[in-house]
Amino acid sequence: MDVLKKVPVREQNAKIRATNFEEVCYGYNEEEAREEASRCINCKNAKCMEGCPVSINIPAFIHEVKEGNFEEASRIIGESSALPAVCGRVCPQESQCEQRCIRGIKGEPVSIGKLERFVADWARENGIKPEPPKQKNGKKVAVIGSGPAGLTCAGDLAKLGYDVTIFEALHEAGGVLVYGIPEFRLPKSKVVQKEIENVKHLGVKIETNVVIGKSTTIDELLNEEGFEAIFIGSGAGLPKFMGIPGENANGVFSANEYLTRSNLMKAFDDNYDTPIMIGKKVAVVGGGNVAMDAARTALRLGAEVHIVYRRSEEELPARVEEVHHAKEEGIIFNLLTNPTEILTDDNGWVRGMKCVEMELGEPDESGRRRPVVKEGSEYEMELDTVIMSLGTSPNPLIASTTEGLEVNKWKCIVADEEHGQTSKEGVYAGGDAVTGAATVILAMGAGKAGAKGIDEYLSNQ
Amino acid sequence: MYKILKAESPAENIFMMDVEAPRVAKTCLPGQFVIVKMDEKGERVPLTICDYSREKGTVTIVFQVVGASTDKMSHLKAGDAFRDFTGPLGQPSEFVHEPAEELKKKKILFVAGGVGTAPVYPQVKWLHENGIDADVIVGAKNHELLILEKEMEAVAGNLYITTDDGSYKRKGMVTEVIKDLVQNEGKKYDVCVAIGPMIMMKFVCLLTKELGIPTIVSMNPVMVDGTGMCGACRLTVDGKVKFACVDGPEFDGHAVNFDEAMKRQQLYKTQEGRAMLKLKEGDTHHGGCGNCGGDQ
Repeated sequence: MDVLKKVPVREQNAKIRATNFEEVCYGYNEEEAREEASRCINCKNAKCMEGCPVSINIPAFIHEVKEGNFEEASRIIGESSALPAVCGRVCPQESQCEQRCIRGIKGEPVSIGKLERFVADWARENGIKPEPPKQKNGKKVAVIGSGPAGLTCAGDLAKLGYDVTIFEALHEAGGVLVYGIPEFRLPKSKVVQKEIENVKHLGVKIETNVVIGKSTTIDELLNEEGFEAIFIGSGAGLPKFMGIPGENANGVFSANEYLTRSNLMKAFDDNYDTPIMIGKKVAVVGGGNVAMDAARTALRLGAEVHIVYRRSEEELPARVEEVHHAKEEGIIFNLLTNPTEILTDDNGWVRGMKCVEMELGEPDESGRRRPVVKEGSEYEMELDTVIMSLGTSPNPLIASTTEGLEVNKWKCIVADEEHGQTSKEGVYAGGDAVTGAATVILAMGAGKAGAKGIDEYLSNQ
Repeated sequence: MYKILKAESPAENIFMMDVEAPRVAKTCLPGQFVIVKMDEKGERVPLTICDYSREKGTVTIVFQVVGASTDKMSHLKAGDAFRDFTGPLGQPSEFVHEPAEELKKKKILFVAGGVGTAPVYPQVKWLHENGIDADVIVGAKNHELLILEKEMEAVAGNLYITTDDGSYKRKGMVTEVIKDLVQNEGKKYDVCVAIGPMIMMKFVCLLTKELGIPTIVSMNPVMVDGTGMCGACRLTVDGKVKFACVDGPEFDGHAVNFDEAMKRQQLYKTQEGRAMLKLKEGDTHHGGCGNCGGDQ
């Protein structure tokens, strides 16, 4: 074995997987995992841990994997993360733990993400469950939203003995893990539901179909339902559109709608009732992870799919791995291209999109080179579906119905990073509701901070 | 699970159910709606709240069978349950926030069309309970399809019923009744609330604009989550994009782009739209047409 290289991970063949919703990556088996684990040099001053938003004791768990003590490895990860099988799959390890791995200075870093996934999958397959707390402290805490922030916060508080109830607006728990990230990246019943069951096993209750700000309010939970503290992890909100002509035509969807139909409502499966319009030729506008997810979903449903992005490949905000997978599967990248109008037929259905070519000019405030329109480059793409994947703006539902909850000029809830404390006593927040659209692991980090903040607050009462 | 306590069919293809949903019943107000999901594989279907009892913790829903999902729902009986029942969603009618003295000075006209009578009822009832009697026009295709007549009579000021075929009471469209009341009977209205099929709301708005009566309509576009997440329900009001689920469902009818809204509704809701979808999608067709496996 070449110690400078990661043990390669087996994947489903790109041509085959482009036609199904089975998971792309198969993960390591025991032998591969132990071999990869042996690459870790067990640094005393482990830089990888500094790169982990939930501070998993990475060298310790990898050491146990190397020794074949998978249950102990799972226990070590469990001290810090409630959703290891999820994180092992969707965390951007390349810019976090693995980026700081000493092995990576000369050669490839240790495949920390794939090892985490292996341990979590092994634990699940072998029926290992987290230990519920021996003693309850009887204090009631409400968590709003069952996405990564909420589940993490709830899990941490439950371990400390709190009586935690999660309120979820949709009919299924999991938030973005269920409605946003597709099955082929993150299996729902095999992985997500099992991790949620583990959180429930710690004693967390989940009430679905409760829209905070509508069905009840933060103030009512505090004043009438006996909750002593609240964590808001309600996630990102309303999808953004470009504001170009024709955007309300039939056949234009937000990535949120497209993915919700396919993931949450399972429209990709003919046994489910929710429809999804696929089209023969689809353009996904945007270059983030969500755009890749929407594109690869449309591809699997049978369409020819184009990613239309106004900057160049270097600036694509999506993970390199996702872009790589998308290309392998046959997604066509129209880079340095910007739509200016959606063209419609007489009945209001999409027939194409007017685009201009871009070139990169001087760096803008984000530090990336600003795309500028190439003179006289306008052309038309023939299409029948356009998916807009341009990010989201916060949902005002909770902030507008909670007295004394401060929001910033982007309408995100204001909360301090270390404890998640908001401007309202007893109310904590974290995740996309605070930061705007970010990653699963950052939301989990914020959930942890919120749990710590709430524990300190309630312990001092 | 959300238990169905009572299920009946007040008219052909129209179904009315009392459902146990204490959280919704506790906080819902006129103008709001719910989303129900029948079973694990069902769609999320936005439905009108027709009535509610805070004491019993029940919400009355009314729906018309328009596709595969509502057809399946129509077979549910008392004792059965919905897997999911979420709400109340959307903004309440504006008048519930108005001071009572102001409201009492206003003459309000409600115009209900077909199954749109159901969401009009709790509004008229709320006003009645707050000492305001509003005039109500109810239009139906024929006598058999008229719903909530007795209930409406009990809470409305004057109730005017009209049928397209003249099989009961007046004959003709609701717009003719509005004209008759305003132009021949000399009635004056400060505000009109019109709820029914989009085409009816469009024509009511054209008329009330001419008559100078501010008009509120309740939009019922395609929706998925109903909480502001997906944007499927977007429509143009006064040149701006609005989401019916969080900004509405009620809007200034004179500012709504009905033509666009009707085109958007075709996507999954109308027969023509479904057929069109099938045609457009070819081999990639994946449900929504109402005819194939994906929808049944």
